[in-house]
Amino acid sequence: MMTKFNRTKKHCFAVKPILFLFLVVFILSGCSIKPWVKPYQRNKLADSLMSPENNPLDDKYMNHAFKSREAARGAEATSGGGCGCN
Amino acid sequence: MVATSTIKNGVDHLFPAFFIAIMCSLLQPIANAAVLPEERLDLLYHSYEGDNTKIDGPAILVRKNFADKISIASHHLVDNVSGASIDVRVFGASAYREKRTEQSLSFNLLQDKTQYVFGYEQSNENDFDAKGAFISISQDFFGDLTNITLGYSRGWDTVGMSTDANFSEDVERDSFSIKISQILTPKAILFANMETISDEGFLNNPYRSVRFIDPSVSRGWSLQPEVYPNTRTSNAFSISGLYYLDYGASLGGSIRYFNDTWDISAQTLELKYKQRIQTFTIGARIRFHQQNEASFYSDLFPFRDAQNFLARDKELSDLSSIMLGFSISYALKTEQTRWINKVEASLAYDRYQIDYNNFRNAEIVSVTAGTEPLFSLNADLIRFYFTAWY
Repeated sequence: MMTKFNRTKKHCFAVKPILFLFLVVFILSGCSIKPWVKPYQRNKLADSLMSPENNPLDDKYMNHAFKSREAARGAEATSGGGCGCN
Repeated sequence: MVATSTIKNGVDHLFPAFFIAIMCSLLQPIANAAVLPEERLDLLYHSYEGDNTKIDGPAILVRKNFADKISIASHHLVDNVSGASIDVRVFGASAYREKRTEQSLSFNLLQDKTQYVFGYEQSNENDFDAKGAFISISQDFFGDLTNITLGYSRGWDTVGMSTDANFSEDVERDSFSIKISQILTPKAILFANMETISDEGFLNNPYRSVRFIDPSVSRGWSLQPEVYPNTRTSNAFSISGLYYLDYGASLGGSIRYFNDTWDISAQTLELKYKQRIQTFTIGARIRFHQQNEASFYSDLFPFRDAQNFLARDKELSDLSSIMLGFSISYALKTEQTRWINKVEASLAYDRYQIDYNNFRNAEIVSVTAGTEPLFSLNADLIRFYFTAWY
């Protein structure tokens, strides 16, 4: 029997970078950072034109359509956080 | 066995990392401008038509907030599937009809300076059930310019066969994600997402087969059932950005890198533009995707049982796709009243084309096996939706 399948181990950013990232965030949060964009300057960011989501139902439907026809999955650009200014 | 231990090791390491990460988030003594999502009602009709298959149906989403502390959302979606795709036609099966329904219920809790989201969702069809629970925690950092969300979800699928009532296999799925949004300027925002997904169980489609060269039959090939590994771990990373244009428009772009333990790597690029013109908002987008095949994929194996794992799912082949889409929204009501803030009707259309680079059209049997023309798929996706914010 020919054995073509040869599994390779790939965990390119699964564990250590996550821990590193949050340690950095944790340490930096102790620093006093002066916000360079004031709350009153965020009206344009709060505009619906600047939402990463198009429409929650439509985005969910389209992500399902892609996942059904392509092998890639996860980290969809339409599922970003937000600027906390809606 | 090797694959199983790889999954176990990955998950064992991920849990402590996420635990520490969550603890770090909770310990941040900083101000937060977290807000609950807007209250809304969405009604949607969707339609997909391509490769002799039509999938359409309605969907509804409702979100209601209570006391600026709790937000509850639920959605229901129906897929009515009819037709016979290339996968069905090649195996000699006839057109079929089936229905898939999907529901979710989620809660957002705003407690002090932290937002928690947890919920449950399920999808049911006559031969496949999927259940999933999810939880996430998000918080703003650095003067509310940075928002970080950590998410975890677990899924339980049951795979069945409409032709065999005794067939039942399980799949378990874990997903870990980190989402970061960063305000760069008063007109620019950047998003970064990372997600690791691990599956374990029966991962192939029980109806699908692979073909292998068989000189004993006139068409030159025969079929045998697919055999997939029972584990898969994938990593995806995306970065996207949006920029506000002063004449009432926005320009966005995103790129995603993906790889998995089946040796598939993929890249997805998307550009989008939106512009408001009086009470209309028009949008356009273009999306490119390319991927290479899984290590155990082949369009035509040299003989029966040629490998320990066998796949001919076109979704695992080397392919590239392009999608071009347009949308238009019309604000039916812009004046805020006691009950309704805004009402909008939208229409979106996308043309989706997939070119398979090593998946051939095996319906054509007049040529030598393995020399059939490459298959391609063209589909039209239409959505009409109505949204009321209240």
